[in-house]
Amino acid sequence: MATVTDAPPLAPAPAPKERPPRRRGRLTPYWLLLPGLLWLVVFFALPMVYQASTSVQTGSLEEGYRVTWHFATYWDAVADYWPQFLRSIAYAGTATVLCLLLGYPLAYLIAFRAGRWRNLILVLVIAPFFTSFLIRTLAWKTILADSGPVVSALDTLHVLDVTSWLGITAGDRVLATPLAVVCGLTYNFLPFMILPLYTSLERIDGRLHEAAGDLYARPSTTFRKVTFPLSMPGVVSGTLLTFIPASGDYVNADLLGSTDTRMVGNVIQTQFLRILDYPTAAALSFVLMAGILAVVTLYIRKSGTEDLV
Amino acid sequence: MEQYEPDRPSPASPAAPRRGLRGGRASLSRRSLLRASTGGALALGGLGTLSACGIPAAKNTAGVSSEDHSADEKRVSFSNWTEYMDVDDSGKRRPTLDAFAGRTGIKVKYTEDINDNVEFFGKLKPQLAAGQDTGRDLICVTDWLAARLIRFGWVQKLDPSNLPHAYANLSQQFRTPDWDPGRAYSYPWTGIPTVIAYNKKALDGVEVKSLSDLLDNPKLKGRVAFLSEMRDSVGLTLLDLGKDPGKFTDDDFDAAIARMQKAVDRGQIRRFTGNDYTSDLAKGDLAACVAWAGDVVQLKADSPDIDFVIPDSGYMISSDNLLVPNKARHKTNAERLIDYYYEPGPAAQLAAYINYVCPVDGVKAELAKIDEGAASNPLIIPDAEMAAKSHAFRSLSAKEEAAYEEKFAKLTGA
Repeated sequence: MATVTDAPPLAPAPAPKERPPRRRGRLTPYWLLLPGLLWLVVFFALPMVYQASTSVQTGSLEEGYRVTWHFATYWDAVADYWPQFLRSIAYAGTATVLCLLLGYPLAYLIAFRAGRWRNLILVLVIAPFFTSFLIRTLAWKTILADSGPVVSALDTLHVLDVTSWLGITAGDRVLATPLAVVCGLTYNFLPFMILPLYTSLERIDGRLHEAAGDLYARPSTTFRKVTFPLSMPGVVSGTLLTFIPASGDYVNADLLGSTDTRMVGNVIQTQFLRILDYPTAAALSFVLMAGILAVVTLYIRKSGTEDLV
Repeated sequence: MEQYEPDRPSPASPAAPRRGLRGGRASLSRRSLLRASTGGALALGGLGTLSACGIPAAKNTAGVSSEDHSADEKRVSFSNWTEYMDVDDSGKRRPTLDAFAGRTGIKVKYTEDINDNVEFFGKLKPQLAAGQDTGRDLICVTDWLAARLIRFGWVQKLDPSNLPHAYANLSQQFRTPDWDPGRAYSYPWTGIPTVIAYNKKALDGVEVKSLSDLLDNPKLKGRVAFLSEMRDSVGLTLLDLGKDPGKFTDDDFDAAIARMQKAVDRGQIRRFTGNDYTSDLAKGDLAACVAWAGDVVQLKADSPDIDFVIPDSGYMISSDNLLVPNKARHKTNAERLIDYYYEPGPAAQLAAYINYVCPVDGVKAELAKIDEGAASNPLIIPDAEMAAKSHAFRSLSAKEEAAYEEKFAKLTGA
């Protein structure tokens, strides 16, 4: 308010004595931005610069690392590990689609049909976060155990024959196969899909549905023409919140997977911690970032949504 | 002072563009801010800044000790792995550490902050590389990391005059590792045999006697696991091929990798695991696997189905070692603590609790008083025959280490 009342009158040039308050006013937005900018510099820009520098260094821990502009690291990293890159994108993409297929009906239910159960169901959606990510993933090893009820049932129903033929399971087990990793990813990131979907569905005015009905739209048409388009912001932000972390994840591939399910996150971890090849690890991280950025940009362009909740 | 009039723009809004940096055109919008910050990041990331980064060579801090405050500060800070210290029934007191404090007046600040060698190295690296105090007087790390720390000159030479018991009682099989001959820098806390464990129920009559059974028997397809520790898995495979892990060549290493690669390609090996193999083995998802003896002792106690086998070709042994990092403030106190755990009494108390190979000679009688079963368990007190079968992985140069780890990583799926 002070700025408004202290501001100079409109038309005539400001009197000299009024300059000091005006100058202060001019800088105010920058001062207000300062905390955010500092945060960005310290936690985003500096690490990125450091990472970028690391990726073009050569050397070893004993001799030290020096910047030699060795861009071939990027080429070598991609040439060596492109299968893991493709796998990451494929697994994360599949998990995102599964999350959408599972999450949309649930979010719809919570938003429009849950009534007084709404809050309870929402709490149940978030409840898994009360335990650690690692524990939840390890729990799947018990659920999908080779001799456990789930795998036995799938085996009896000959589902595993089909999935084995498709190459996503091996023999009569689910653990240590691509299917287990994708299931783990889907499970772990499902809440990130449901919550944005719910917030955008919940905002839709119920009278729009009534209006659609009044205009003789069948329920399926109402969904196709009214509900789904209006929930697009939720769909886009939900898929991004699922896809981005899922493609960098390495825990699921590590605990539920096998040698042929390793994702690029696993490669980066190994390069950084075990082989101590920091340049390759940094280069891989940059390629992953660029890859995700490209996929996401393409996706946002295609889905035509600028309003991301 | 102006009256608020809803129909006329308030003076603030026409004034807004002027408040911007260079008037209206460059005023603060989201887009210009984005552009500015991108430009800023690019400028920051410019050639100069990028080149200025870099990691200095590790070898420039060789053996820096600091002033020893042991005499006037009666304390010592000890970083160890979880579940690696005896705890009383209430779970709150640590009897052997308390007894040490009672006897010497030195209070031990005991922290369980080591979960993984590679991560712990990542944690200590910045300080040690910069020649700074890590705040720790005593750390406990596995052979290869101990070897690396010694190679880099990041740990201090121990004073033998403070270590009479340790010198006298250290077991023969731990005395001369090739990375620290004569134990000038390190003393083992525990020995860790790597053996083959199996689940009798899951094996269902299939006999497992050697690593070849794990690698080749089609009845075990997809129900066999190896460890993600390169030295343990490759070491056992080298032994199985008739090579000595103590002095193998590049070709031997490649042969061992090729042998395992075949099993991976056939789907024989289900996974390369860290600690999480224990639950898989207990459930029976794994019929047999390469395992650490300490876990096997625990699993056996929990389930009668689990047992272990020592291959005729021998087994791998590594150890977790106590070291004093550079610039530690209480080196003498740390040495006294090491020596204390080489007295038979405290060593037996510790061994009875943590189920790993005790590196101290003459503990058997003391241990039998506490736990008869533990004293006769070859995985805790190895007999002569057992000790003779143990092999240690030779120390590697930095270059070899990187190359071998890379090959092993490719084997495990990168």
